[in-house]
Amino acid sequence: MFDELLTAGVFASAIRLATPYIYAAIGETFGQRSGVLNLGVDGIMLMGAFASFYAVYETNSLLLGILVALLVGALLGLFMAFISVTLQAEQGISGIGLYLFGLGMSELLFVKLLGTPRSVDGFPRVDIPLLSDLQFLGIGEIFFRHNLMVYLAFALVPISAYVLNYTTLGLNIRAVGQNPQAADAMGVSVARVRYFTVTLGGMFSGLAGASLSIALLKVFQQNLTAGKGFIAVALVYFGGWRPTWVLAGAMLFSFVNALQLQVKTVGIDIPSEFAVMAPYVLTIIALIFATKRREQPTALTKPFERGE
Amino acid sequence: MTDLLPTGHRRIHELKMQGIVKRFPGVLAADHVDFEVKAGEIHALLGENGAGKSTLMKMLYGLYQQDEGQIFINREHVQIRSPQDAIKQGIGMIHQHFMLIPSLTVAENVALGLKSSRGLRLDLDVVAKRILELSERYHLQVEPDIPVWQLAVGEQQRVEILRALYRGAALLILDEPTAVLTPQEVDQLFHILNQMANDGHALIFISHKLHEVLAISQRITVLRDGRRVDTIPTEGATKRILAEMMVGRPVVLEYERVECKPGKERLVLKKVSALSNRGDLGLKNVDLTVHGGEIVGVAGVSGNGQRELAQVITGLRPTTEGEIFLEGQDITGKSPVLLNSLGLSHIPQERMIEGVIKEFTVAENYILQDHGRKPYATNIFLNFRQVVTRTKDAIRAYDIRTPSHETPVKSLSGGNIQKLVLARELSRSPKVLIAAQPTRGVDIGATEYIHKRLLEERDKGTAILLISEDLDEIRALSDRIVVMYEGRIVGEVKNENVDVNQLGMMMAGVTS
Repeated sequence: MFDELLTAGVFASAIRLATPYIYAAIGETFGQRSGVLNLGVDGIMLMGAFASFYAVYETNSLLLGILVALLVGALLGLFMAFISVTLQAEQGISGIGLYLFGLGMSELLFVKLLGTPRSVDGFPRVDIPLLSDLQFLGIGEIFFRHNLMVYLAFALVPISAYVLNYTTLGLNIRAVGQNPQAADAMGVSVARVRYFTVTLGGMFSGLAGASLSIALLKVFQQNLTAGKGFIAVALVYFGGWRPTWVLAGAMLFSFVNALQLQVKTVGIDIPSEFAVMAPYVLTIIALIFATKRREQPTALTKPFERGE
Repeated sequence: MTDLLPTGHRRIHELKMQGIVKRFPGVLAADHVDFEVKAGEIHALLGENGAGKSTLMKMLYGLYQQDEGQIFINREHVQIRSPQDAIKQGIGMIHQHFMLIPSLTVAENVALGLKSSRGLRLDLDVVAKRILELSERYHLQVEPDIPVWQLAVGEQQRVEILRALYRGAALLILDEPTAVLTPQEVDQLFHILNQMANDGHALIFISHKLHEVLAISQRITVLRDGRRVDTIPTEGATKRILAEMMVGRPVVLEYERVECKPGKERLVLKKVSALSNRGDLGLKNVDLTVHGGEIVGVAGVSGNGQRELAQVITGLRPTTEGEIFLEGQDITGKSPVLLNSLGLSHIPQERMIEGVIKEFTVAENYILQDHGRKPYATNIFLNFRQVVTRTKDAIRAYDIRTPSHETPVKSLSGGNIQKLVLARELSRSPKVLIAAQPTRGVDIGATEYIHKRLLEERDKGTAILLISEDLDEIRALSDRIVVMYEGRIVGEVKNENVDVNQLGMMMAGVTS
């Protein structure tokens, strides 16, 4: 039975399924590391997903689709930064507001501009020469036969880890999230850092949406993300605010997801509701056991004001 | 006199603040204050909490903007709008709450906010090298690669000073730098400060401790209620003169204590251990006895188990081992409510968190804990007439300065809030009183009052456990002194024959 379940195809599909989570969760990691919790990730994903889908549907230009997703993400991220940094609003609440805006707006635009679910060709599979032919343990199929959005997502993880840990920008981000008073006293502009990270997070969320609508599923419909943005926020906690562990969390979650799809395909007799539930239940269990880590930004969700 | 400091940065020969005014809603925090400091000088800024010392210095460091007045460096007018501006002008500040990030290493903390020599990439190895050079030059031993959370408080302060030097501070502001140090660490700090002054740095030393100001400074400026009272040379100044300038009236510096007549054992701890918040043993095998009519002082540097000790006794923290007795009755693991009714009162360390509910009114805070009992309640109903009359009595008896009994506690000063807590805790005529940091952040007037009350309470026969990081307070009030270090009681002395050096050694964990 395990032979049928643990095929190279399942692993490959786990990697594909992880893509949107990686973009969204890595983006959210930047924001949270600087002390801003953006619960609106899912809303930005939806807007990014629709905008890029519509651009590709109308022009057939994948590049334009990506640029539009980045732009929409950046604007919504900037908006969130304005609310939470400049206006110092309660972050949890404003994030939910942003989510509801994205949910409603993407649906409205979808109904007005498209009407019914349509599909695009989207990103084609790009097999890496030589490597994709590796037969050993199915490595070729698992790792090297994906579309560009998948490769880019995985490339972003080490880059993000490097930026956070080995650059002055990363040091500023970590400092602002741990102790904004101290960072401010040392001449780091707390507002600028937070604007940057939240806007960047928005752009990543936009990409996450695009990776769904023009790379993974290649369709758009109402509520395409189905709450994936919220899972991404949970993955940031699960990963202890470290990009590599966030990636590990995204992989674990997606693997269980791919597995439950395979369970259905193979026809194992488990009520499908339980199978669908499995990844979510797993997330909750994992979060319970994820202990507090030193990387946890102590200033998370706390607006900063100079003075006391 | 050369123009450069040993760190290679420019000197500040003279800094002047002229006619500085700062208004906060409802308060004039600085009222036309003049202040100056020169290279090679340690200038003390003395005043009570709320006198405006920190506010004045925060304006100098760019954390606040003055509403009126000007700042001159070497006779040149300067605008300081942010800490960045201050750093550029050669001004550094050691804040009362350290501005370090615990999860980062020493080198990372120093590099924070600086340009890297490698552009976008961090140059921590370069920073570490320079840190070592500076630490040698100024005898400030630090390891660049250790995360700050692993350092003791004194070491963290060295990192702060080093960081200021690293950034080319020609003028260093130290905001209450000795509050968290042992007497020996204070000596070390003073040594470093004197060396810096000799090298041509200008230093501003903020404090409310008279003997420290007298020991370290060349000139003293006293502030009161946002105004400058006077600037005097330290030579010729005495504690009495300074205290009067600070408070505006003669002050009692030492209390007369009648001889202690210890009664029966009231509070007994037998081999008590407890976990700290971090999960390690914060309290180890503590044996302690307090008799009626006696004040036992617990001395120690912050974070050596004092907090856990108070919480264990008052039922706020579970014990892992040992027993606690109140008048012979085993109270280990009993709830705070029960302990309360047995005659245990508690002035908690964190006044604003554990002592009062700051949004509640004076009256509501006064009846806290007793609000479900007579005379404040009949069954489930509050008896407002009793609440109001009794609160008003307390306001009068304890001289609590408040507009009314309906004022929210958060708009009262620290001293008045503490008097309210004291009034509430003493209203139950306790058999045992745990007083944790009873006068921290409290002005001299209120401190004097609280101290007198505690002594009165002792003379009435109450057993008092006084936990304080302020050695002067411990020595002024206690009959016996125990010293805590790393969760243990490492020594006990009678107050009459105490030697401060010996106490300091014990506080630092050195047992002879």
